[in-house]
Amino acid sequence: MPERVAKTGNDAAAYALKQINPDVVAAYPITPQTELMHKFAEYVADGDVDTEFVQVESEHSAMSAVVGASLAGARCCTATSSAGLALMWEILYVASGSRCPIVMPLVNRALSSPINIHCDHSDSMGARDSGWLQLYAENSQEAYDNVLQAVRIAEHPDVMLPTMATLDGFILSHTIEALEVNEDDVAKEFIGEYKRDYSLIDVENPSTFGPLALQNYYFEYKKQQIDAMDAARDVVLEVGREYGELTGRDYGFLDSYKCEDADVIMVGLGSTMGTAKEAADRVRSENGIAAGVLKVRCFRPFPASEIADALSGASAIGVMDRSVSFGLGGPLYHEVRSAMYGSQTPTADFIYGLGGRDIPLGDLKDIFVQLDEIRKEGKAEPDVRYVGLRE
Amino acid sequence: MMTDTATVIKTPLYKRPRCLTDEVTHYCSGCGHGIMHRMLAELIDELDIREKTIGIAPVGCAVLAYNYIDIDWSEAAHGRPPAVATGIKRVQPDKIVFTYQGDGDLASIGMAETIHAANRGENITIIFINNGIYAMTQGQMAPTTLAGQVTTTTPRGRSVEEEGPPIKVCELLQGFERVRLLARTAVNSPENVRKTRKLLKKALMYQIEGTGFSLIEVLSACPTYWRKTPQDCSDFIENVMSATFPLRVFKDTGKGLP
Ligand SMILES: Cc1ncc(C[n+]2csc(CCOP(=O)(O)OP(=O)(O)O)c2C)c(N)n1
Ligand code: SF4
Repeated sequence: MPERVAKTGNDAAAYALKQINPDVVAAYPITPQTELMHKFAEYVADGDVDTEFVQVESEHSAMSAVVGASLAGARCCTATSSAGLALMWEILYVASGSRCPIVMPLVNRALSSPINIHCDHSDSMGARDSGWLQLYAENSQEAYDNVLQAVRIAEHPDVMLPTMATLDGFILSHTIEALEVNEDDVAKEFIGEYKRDYSLIDVENPSTFGPLALQNYYFEYKKQQIDAMDAARDVVLEVGREYGELTGRDYGFLDSYKCEDADVIMVGLGSTMGTAKEAADRVRSENGIAAGVLKVRCFRPFPASEIADALSGASAIGVMDRSVSFGLGGPLYHEVRSAMYGSQTPTADFIYGLGGRDIPLGDLKDIFVQLDEIRKEGKAEPDVRYVGLRE
Repeated sequence: MMTDTATVIKTPLYKRPRCLTDEVTHYCSGCGHGIMHRMLAELIDELDIREKTIGIAPVGCAVLAYNYIDIDWSEAAHGRPPAVATGIKRVQPDKIVFTYQGDGDLASIGMAETIHAANRGENITIIFINNGIYAMTQGQMAPTTLAGQVTTTTPRGRSVEEEGPPIKVCELLQGFERVRLLARTAVNSPENVRKTRKLLKKALMYQIEGTGFSLIEVLSACPTYWRKTPQDCSDFIENVMSATFPLRVFKDTGKGLP
């Protein structure tokens, strides 16, 4: 029987790592990921896992060590946040280019400068072009479920790409919630054995990884990565369905809440979407606004046509961005806009929560009210709005 | 006669250094960072360099050092202070530039910067607070954690086979020819505090003279993550930590260096 337990997001992700029992974990501490690795270090010390746990001197080395271990044929994990992910950046590309199916919980945190330890999505958004799959969690349950599924998705022979499963720093990582965890053998069976077609050192199939490829072959390598990312679409859905049959919790690209009859829809990522659902219910009953919420669970590969479908009935759309691409605007907004190419539906970008600025229920209700005005006016002006900013 | 006591009160021996702000520090009681901040502030006053001193704050428990010592500061990314200090000093060679770093910052993620700044012999002062632990992130193993020492990531104690023995930074840098002053001290007793003060003053004076790279390593208590009382921390530094990290001057090349 699955068990209902109380865990922080960090503990939930660590528990998933325990059940994965990776061959190798290499990590360096950073707030707010720290407790995740403390917990995992305890599992190692108590003999609950057989993992080779390497405490390296930086995130750059952590990612390099798991790339090495992955090429040597091991199932590998690490975890980080913020500056740690930024320092890994060079090796993120090496990991995806070398087709290492590394799984990494990423506890989202803002980037310096100024220094800030709280949640926004600048870290993962900065890595969105690095060839990693990205799954976002609304709560600890999803964080746990996503980490387990990430292993299956990443290691699928059609995919073989690294995957990050993100959870919002502090908001999820440090908040205790009730969640359901699988029994160890159920989780183990779901994850299955890891098999790589090529690894160091297989004398039957001698191989070299990451060799020099210039104008002659580099492009073909990249096309293979593009194809693998495309192939991941089916795999994300297939694994989500299978996980649903096992646990009763289905997963796809998106989580659509009351969108079917909605006039105005809020699109976003992560924990804020939980509050947004509550806000949608409130404005439905208090303001008579037919509000819906579209949560993007899988950001890479980007489910453009599914998003366009889910939003096709809306008369106004608000996209919530907890990060900014300076000189462009919110990254999710721009991707949603391009997914909606040709649509006349007025769409506004709500940039919010940078550096952990709180986004209470009232603000989200107010955004629905603004969306309702946009709907009535038939246009979104201004199209970029900053939530809770002092000016 | 009662004038004696009156005189004592009028001229207190113990004054707040001019460049130490009124801010209440966030340091835990018994923490070595507080002692080092005060010492540094006193020396800046004494050498009259307040208006030309630039500090590089680390990422670590001392991340808020700029709130406490009233000089110009720049924050640096975790491990990068020696590189940032190099940049600043090359542009403003007449300024006094120091970095203030923990063992994670200096000897783990930032080891490359430390070694290369030392090898180039940058005319900067490095204040290296060795508390054997990553304190700010809640007490994980650092490169300087003692063999067998329990931390949050070594719940059974640091294993030399798995994690290697503690890294001794002064011993490592000793052979670098452009290093001017290299010493390990502690702030666990009044006597050691006085010794540390002398060495730090010398390091700053060498920099004022324009002659060299100095690194002062200070064994410093972290009662919170050592899970010891401040008194036990002092004893631990005296009896245990300094056995692995002997307190001494490793190098002081006098005036000879260019
Ligand atoms: C790239 C990067 N990785 C990790 C961190 C998280 N981090 C902040 S402080 C710190 C260690 C601090 O330890 P130390 O330098 O020994 O200073 P102390 O807190 O003990 O004074 C770590 C790992 C970070 N800020 N940036
Ligand atoms: S945690 Fe340790 S190093 Fe940090 S302020 Fe407290 S005692 Fe000092």
